[in-house]
Amino acid sequence: MIRLKYLLAVVILSLGVFSSSLFAEQQTKDEKNLLSNMDFHGFYEIRAGYRTRKDKYEKDMSIMEQRLQIDLSSYLDWANFKVRGDVIGDLVEEQADFDLREACITTSPFEFMDLKVGRQILTWGTGDLIFINDLFPKDWRSFFIGRDTEYLKAPSDAAKISFFSDLANLDIVYTPQFDPDRYITGERISYWNSNLSRLAGRDAIQHTDKPNRWFKDDEIAVRVYKNINNYEYALYAYRGYWKSPGGLNPSKTQAIFPDLNVYGASVRGNVAKGIGNLEFGYYESDDDQSGKHGNLNNSELRFLVGYTQEIGKDFTAGLQYYVEHMMDYGQHKDSSPAGLSRDRDRHLVTLRLTKLLMNQNVRCSLFTYFSPSDKDVYMRPNINYKVSDNLAYEVGANIFFGDYPSTFFGQFQNNTNIYTAIRYSF
Amino acid sequence: MRTIFFLTISVCVSAIVFAANDANTTKPLETPKEEQKPFKIDDVDTIVNKANLMAYYQGKNGRAKVSMKITDKKGQVREREFIILRHDVNDGGDQKYYVYFLKPTDVRKMVYMVHKHADPKKDDDRWLYMPSLDLVKRIAASDKRTSFVGSDFLYEDVSGRSLLEDTHTLVETTDTLYIVKNVPKNPDLVEFSYFTVSIDRKTMMPMKMEYYDKNNKAYRAIESVKLEKIQDFTTVVKSVVSDLKTQSKTEMEFSDVKYDIELEDIFTERYLRRPPQEAVR
Repeated sequence: MIRLKYLLAVVILSLGVFSSSLFAEQQTKDEKNLLSNMDFHGFYEIRAGYRTRKDKYEKDMSIMEQRLQIDLSSYLDWANFKVRGDVIGDLVEEQADFDLREACITTSPFEFMDLKVGRQILTWGTGDLIFINDLFPKDWRSFFIGRDTEYLKAPSDAAKISFFSDLANLDIVYTPQFDPDRYITGERISYWNSNLSRLAGRDAIQHTDKPNRWFKDDEIAVRVYKNINNYEYALYAYRGYWKSPGGLNPSKTQAIFPDLNVYGASVRGNVAKGIGNLEFGYYESDDDQSGKHGNLNNSELRFLVGYTQEIGKDFTAGLQYYVEHMMDYGQHKDSSPAGLSRDRDRHLVTLRLTKLLMNQNVRCSLFTYFSPSDKDVYMRPNINYKVSDNLAYEVGANIFFGDYPSTFFGQFQNNTNIYTAIRYSF
Repeated sequence: MRTIFFLTISVCVSAIVFAANDANTTKPLETPKEEQKPFKIDDVDTIVNKANLMAYYQGKNGRAKVSMKITDKKGQVREREFIILRHDVNDGGDQKYYVYFLKPTDVRKMVYMVHKHADPKKDDDRWLYMPSLDLVKRIAASDKRTSFVGSDFLYEDVSGRSLLEDTHTLVETTDTLYIVKNVPKNPDLVEFSYFTVSIDRKTMMPMKMEYYDKNNKAYRAIESVKLEKIQDFTTVVKSVVSDLKTQSKTEMEFSDVKYDIELEDIFTERYLRRPPQEAVR
């Protein structure tokens, strides 16, 4: 919270300084200033959802909130400014909250360079709801309880520097203080607790020891990319930490975020009548190079191949195959408690079906994750109806099932929920 | 590890900065002077060719603000507003489009980009940028005869239908109009059996297009209802589509139209993530 206030103060202060100095300078010219260029938008939303199964560790309400998003943007000759934030009244957690989504400045100091500094949403990579080289923070809680998909991306407090050339383009994202995922803690979603060897939730909130020293516990992510005949090639590198807890401290009392380096590549472009993509990443678990530590994540090779095609009028299908391969499985197996080691490879297949109806005002979509190795499934059906240009209704569900209580999606079985929402945009 | 990592990055940075200084990165788009694919030249081909250039290829590039009003059969109105930037790679051939949405608010600041290929065998390349997720998405859309942003205009009406897809016949020449009948070479790909285009003989601007179903019944019409001369280019500033089957109608108005602007190569991922001044201001 202190960070947020600090950041807000800096942004507001700088906006103030810039606007006042430029106001004085330019008022007579064309009265172009931050205020007169200001663009004001947002939405108001009510969202409600319930669990369809009894979960003894969580409330029956999976989501019950109202949300007001304010989106302010403006510009001066040399930069664009943006502040976007949500005020939330949350009846499940019985509290009011403020989530600053963006507060950033974008500028191009040189023709070959762009700079974006401040709180921002960052995305790259080719997967559809699968991320390999995108190591920017995700909000899995929002994703599983049925908030709009935009909330899967949590904001980063970072500086993004981009260089452009005929040779290739380069993005560097520097995050001075580690931004973890908004991971499953047990507060809203029950989960498999390996310490207790059972499902747990609000009775066993996961406590973590998060790296949080400014400029020391930092993250850096790099992408080099180039478009050749509309095939998009990219190389990636990341140095930081596992974004969700990836191990336990030696006394097994707290979850930790071990060091992580990732190296990867991707390509995306036209294949036959659709779009194909390939992506892989090598996850080097830096604190456990040899896989000796049963309490820390193993190094992994992650691979994704996908294909999307229009299969009918306003009807699109997207299929992906994804695998996580543990590099030092033998060591992991030997050092894990008996019966708790996972398979060496986790296979995952996803299918997205999207159909637009009624002049594209109704969007029906179904996204399904299915893991043949974990024997679990996660389905995300959703129908969104735009009643008018401003008003939209939505119903959807998050459905989990699986054969085992400890697998990635199987552990969330009791969190299966249905939800509905109404949103007014302005 | 850390040292190697930073070393690699700094090498990359210096290489790219060097390359960027060397090659002027965002150079103005050049329009190659090469001729488009030769069409068989007889009267009707000349006519459709000229009409196609008038409707879609005026100037080497263009910018406009577009407002759409979609009225369904119940009388409910929906609005779309966007800035469109166009660059012709070659006249009558490939084009690039950049569409920056202003309305409705839920799609505000989204960007839709197309690299259009005149060769009917090659699908257009399309991208969508969603700012709330900072997501650059490739769109798999091979069917060009689907609605553009939920309006009665189809993708093909906005960016043009390749002349190579139809057989053209001049059916009538009146005092003011040429009327050309167009029969698709591959009827399975489209919902019409043929369409007619009425072309103004003075300006060579298509004034009306009428689409006929398998029973020879007209079911859809696009009309140019208002023309203006802008920078010496005759420009349709208002057109209307009426769909007789769905009883729905879309009016499209163009404002702030400018041709031959100074436009750099903004049809790239860089400008999807950071919309150019030409689109935003």
